[in-house]
Amino acid sequence: MHIVVCVKQVPDTKIIKINPKTNTLDRRSAPAILNPYDAHAVQEAVRLKKLVGGTVSVVSMGPPQATAIIKKSVEIGADEGYLISDRAFAGADTLATSYALSKALERIAKIKPIDMVICGKHAIDGDTGQVGPGIARRLDIPPVTNVIEVTEVIEKDKKVVIKRKLTSGYEIIQAQLPCLLTVEKEINEVEYSPLPNMIRAAKYESIIWTVADLENVDKVQLGLKGSPTIVGKMFSPPKPEGGIRLEGTANEQVNKLMDLLMEKKELFTLQTTK
Amino acid sequence: MNLSEYQGVWVFIEQNEGEIEGVSLELLGAGRTLADKLEVPLAGVLLGDGVRSLANQVVYYGADEVYIIDHPVLKDYRTESYMKGVIELAEKYKPEIFLYGATPNGKDLASAVATDLSTGLTADTTMLDIDLENRLFEASRPAFGGNIMATILCKKHRPQMATVRPKVMKALEVDHTRIGKIIEETISLKEEDMRTKVIQIVKDVSKKANLADAHVIICGGKGMGDLQNFQLLYSLADSIGASVGGTRDVVEAGWLPHHLQIGQTGETVTPKIYFAVGLSGAIQHTVGMKNSEIIIAINKDPNAPIFDVATYGIVGDAMEILPKLIEQFNELKNHTGGELSYV
Ligand SMILES: Cc1cc2nc3c(=O)[nH]c(=O)nc-3n(C[C@H](O)[C@H](O)[C@H](O)COP(=O)(O)OP(=O)(O)OC[C@H]3O[C@@H](n4cnc5c(N)ncnc54)[C@H](O)[C@@H]3O)c2cc1C
Ligand SMILES: Nc1ncnc2c1ncn2[C@@H]1O[C@H](COP(=O)(O)O)[C@@H](O)[C@H]1O
Repeated sequence: MHIVVCVKQVPDTKIIKINPKTNTLDRRSAPAILNPYDAHAVQEAVRLKKLVGGTVSVVSMGPPQATAIIKKSVEIGADEGYLISDRAFAGADTLATSYALSKALERIAKIKPIDMVICGKHAIDGDTGQVGPGIARRLDIPPVTNVIEVTEVIEKDKKVVIKRKLTSGYEIIQAQLPCLLTVEKEINEVEYSPLPNMIRAAKYESIIWTVADLENVDKVQLGLKGSPTIVGKMFSPPKPEGGIRLEGTANEQVNKLMDLLMEKKELFTLQTTK
Repeated sequence: MNLSEYQGVWVFIEQNEGEIEGVSLELLGAGRTLADKLEVPLAGVLLGDGVRSLANQVVYYGADEVYIIDHPVLKDYRTESYMKGVIELAEKYKPEIFLYGATPNGKDLASAVATDLSTGLTADTTMLDIDLENRLFEASRPAFGGNIMATILCKKHRPQMATVRPKVMKALEVDHTRIGKIIEETISLKEEDMRTKVIQIVKDVSKKANLADAHVIICGGKGMGDLQNFQLLYSLADSIGASVGGTRDVVEAGWLPHHLQIGQTGETVTPKIYFAVGLSGAIQHTVGMKNSEIIIAINKDPNAPIFDVATYGIVGDAMEILPKLIEQFNELKNHTGGELSYV
């Protein structure tokens, strides 16, 4: 089986600092990491490879430094890594991103036909979760989003059985291969990388492509030009009509709160226990 | 693309086993406002198997029109069958705005439809408006990092699409006297052509009962200091029969499992009473709780943004305030000899 995972480099939003005066990000404070959901996606591909054999490739669109997350993916167990990097991709929204990535995937499929594409549920910076299903549409393969378990791969029938998270509960789906999955965090634990992987990753040279290396690309659909959405304005959220600040010592504040809550008696009922 | 050909506001009506999702009714409420501003009809788009009887409900909650596709292959939600129906409707009737709930199925469908229609889609929006002068849809969402909102526009493509967080918009009061137009469309779908099959749907209500349906929530933040102090929240929860949730930082610290995270990437909740204890109130958190009826904030920093959304604010050390509150509630219980609960 050839599984290709789409991986994105993102700033670590856990560490990122925000300048409270300007409401902007202090980008220097945030190290760039492999999108956490994509780490789970790579891990799942590696797990499936152990199960049924095959190859795991990763592909990313980003600046040249994004090779760092390709190395990280190799540490987790990916065999091959491709980076598409070109000024023409810059400023892409989800529609233009899924277009560029689908062109990269078509190129990879020429090297080795693809049986499954895995994406993260969303990228923690953009936080949309739209790129995965977008790629599936462009490649005309069925998308299965919010996957929490790949239960079974039935290779001879080219089918997979999947658990997909719903608003409440989950569903069990059978999908034909090739298909595209987007994975939730609970799908697996990202394991510590074994030493041989670390050594391989340290030496690994990503395969880097520009637009010129991709085939049948309609340049109008790339980057900023190919993005129907734009950021109109940024603003502070409207402040709700501020509430009451309770005054005084801790005791006084607590007493005051209790009084206020008791005034809203309709919110509480006191049931007498026998 | 001739933009003026596109008119009307559409809401995708998500139904599961014949029951309309709450978020779809909320979107009819939000969509009504947008449609009135634009002076165009509001339509619900209803797909499924045996769903005709739901059309009236869509009208009672604010729609002028309901587009229906009823087909056995549409029994369970699947991207491929549902997108086919939705795309055919959108291409034929050309709405200018199209809203979906930001649920797993709503997001899945909207992403696929946007790709095929080559149009813009804004994810997880929490504020919707119209720029009347330019007749543009303004879809706003909390932006990456910090207390800031970004308005996303889609100027040259139609429909302008957005997924909208559940429990952020308000549904209208149901009005049984409303009359609407029902438009039924047919579609050719064959089960053999479907590349996915739903084998089983497993409902899990246990998790939901904890947070999304809780009437009182005690939410703790990183300011609780450590896991041991965090236990204080359970004592308060016990004394008033509440559920405990946390911020993302708390979940990242491993003090709570992910399904108890409240906020943009966790649950959205609207309890009657929400205690926000030792949490700063970052926008990614507040979008998930700000519609609670009463918000009580306890924070030692008087400038913490949580006080901006709080109904009642206590500036103080949670380790000092919480024991006092617990004592008061317990006393109240003993005094009345009853069990405290909420309606
Ligand atoms: C894309 C994205 C998605 C996100 N999604 C979510 C989400 O779904 N949910 C979420 O919660 N966050 C989310 N976040 C993170 C969010 O931006 C904040 O970082 C997070 O909510 C902060 O958590 P906190 O309030 O617990 O911690 P902090 O911001 O560290 O706040 C701790 C607070 O505790 C107070 N405090 C300290 N000691 C005490 C004491 N003894 N008594 C009283 N008060 C005390 C401090 O004054 C401070 O205000 C997201 C971020 C991004 C970028
Ligand atoms: N620039 C990119 N390069 C590679 N994969 C990406 C990129 N952007 C998004 N993805 C994939 O799409 C998923 C969802 O991203 P998003 O739609 O931006 O939230 C991510 O988890 C990745 O798997």
